[in-house]
Amino acid sequence: MSDETAGLSPRPLGLLAELTHRCPLGCPYCSNPLELEGRSGELDTLTWARVFREAAELGVLQVHLSGGEPAARRDLVELVAAAGVAKLYTNLITSAVGLPLTSLAALADRGLDHVQISIQDSDIGSADHIAGYKGAAQRKRALAAEVVRLGLPLTVNMVVHRANIERIAAMIDFALRLGASRVEIAHVQYYGWALRNRAALMPRREQVEAAAIEVERLRHLHRGSIVIDSVIPDYFARLPKPCVGGWGRRSLNVTPTGLVLPCHAAQSIPGLEFWSVRDHELGEIWDRSPAFEAFRGSDWMRDPCRTCSRRDIDFGGCRCQAFALTGDARATDPVCHLSADHRLVVDLASIGEDAPYEYRRQVPRADLLAIK
Amino acid sequence: MSEPLPQAAIAPDCLPRLPRGVRLVHNKAQGGWVLLAPERIFKADAIAAEILKRCTGEATLAMIVDDLAAAFNAPRERILTDVTSVVRMLADKRLMELSP
Repeated sequence: MSDETAGLSPRPLGLLAELTHRCPLGCPYCSNPLELEGRSGELDTLTWARVFREAAELGVLQVHLSGGEPAARRDLVELVAAAGVAKLYTNLITSAVGLPLTSLAALADRGLDHVQISIQDSDIGSADHIAGYKGAAQRKRALAAEVVRLGLPLTVNMVVHRANIERIAAMIDFALRLGASRVEIAHVQYYGWALRNRAALMPRREQVEAAAIEVERLRHLHRGSIVIDSVIPDYFARLPKPCVGGWGRRSLNVTPTGLVLPCHAAQSIPGLEFWSVRDHELGEIWDRSPAFEAFRGSDWMRDPCRTCSRRDIDFGGCRCQAFALTGDARATDPVCHLSADHRLVVDLASIGEDAPYEYRRQVPRADLLAIK
Repeated sequence: MSEPLPQAAIAPDCLPRLPRGVRLVHNKAQGGWVLLAPERIFKADAIAAEILKRCTGEATLAMIVDDLAAAFNAPRERILTDVTSVVRMLADKRLMELSP
């Protein structure tokens, strides 16, 4: 009998640890919230170590060390070591910028299991332009080579959008040449900064369809050499994605200041009460915090979700997206063709602009500016 | 629709090995054996777990099959099918090394 049938909340498998919101890059599709958390409020090493232990007790198997840029943390080696002591499998999700090769060797020594490096484009000039950081592409190549040299598995993450969607084959080829065993072709999802830059990022429908066919072809061609995981852009879909595997079911996210979220965009939904690891044990937050309970199970659903045959497959899609597009977090995700608001998504998907990117940057705090 | 790949046999003298970053662990909360891989988790049933425990790079495929056949008093052909299936599935995903 599973936890769910026994009336208990299911156990999470993954922890997304946003160690910091600091990052040297300014990717316009960043999923971090627009209100980035400043350095002064960041959790310290000991607190993260406790969070990792509590996560393992809760049943979490893997931690994704992310951010911002996790390498911006001076205690990254201690953090990886702590995750290892807690017996969590460690994935380092990095831009490679700010991570010296010697640090990577130290991380490997402490048992780091896997490294994922983001690649903005196969074309260097375009890649640096997208990242808003000249020289980023070179750093990524260098770190990728070192990951492979150290014998760690390498995943290349490629966020796909209008500026690079025509180069998917070249990007996968590049991933192969870097020695990656896996490549994630991740079409942009519109949260945080990506939502702000949506018009500049949105590809055309024909491009998305061509890309899907191309990915399938390449997956076949490269079978056994590299795994190609692909996340389709759901603005062009008829069925919603099972967002985070269902609210409060499979994963949890801890922000740099210690707030625990059911997903990285949850703070965009008004009225949710989030608890902090500074005040509560992680298991208690998972089981009882109002934010986690808000959309757990199916009692909160309305029709058509409530009685839909896909209810326990896609869980009604994404709450954050439903709120962002309809103003109602309990609504059916408008990506679903059964949503009364589906037309909204179809229309939004046709809006593309050659607008300049609004790069993801941390804004100086207003109280510091007042000191003059 | 994609065509199924031809079922190429795996060389009996290859040395299957879980590479770095692929770990078989027993987890109480999950109620059994799980294979942890880059950003993925596979549930391993009892048979798969016994196969994976032996994929250390020190035994050939043939030796692994023989060992399991003896340990579980099961027909070799059946064991060979199971072992080949597990090893190939993971090798395809770059989660199992086959050569020394």
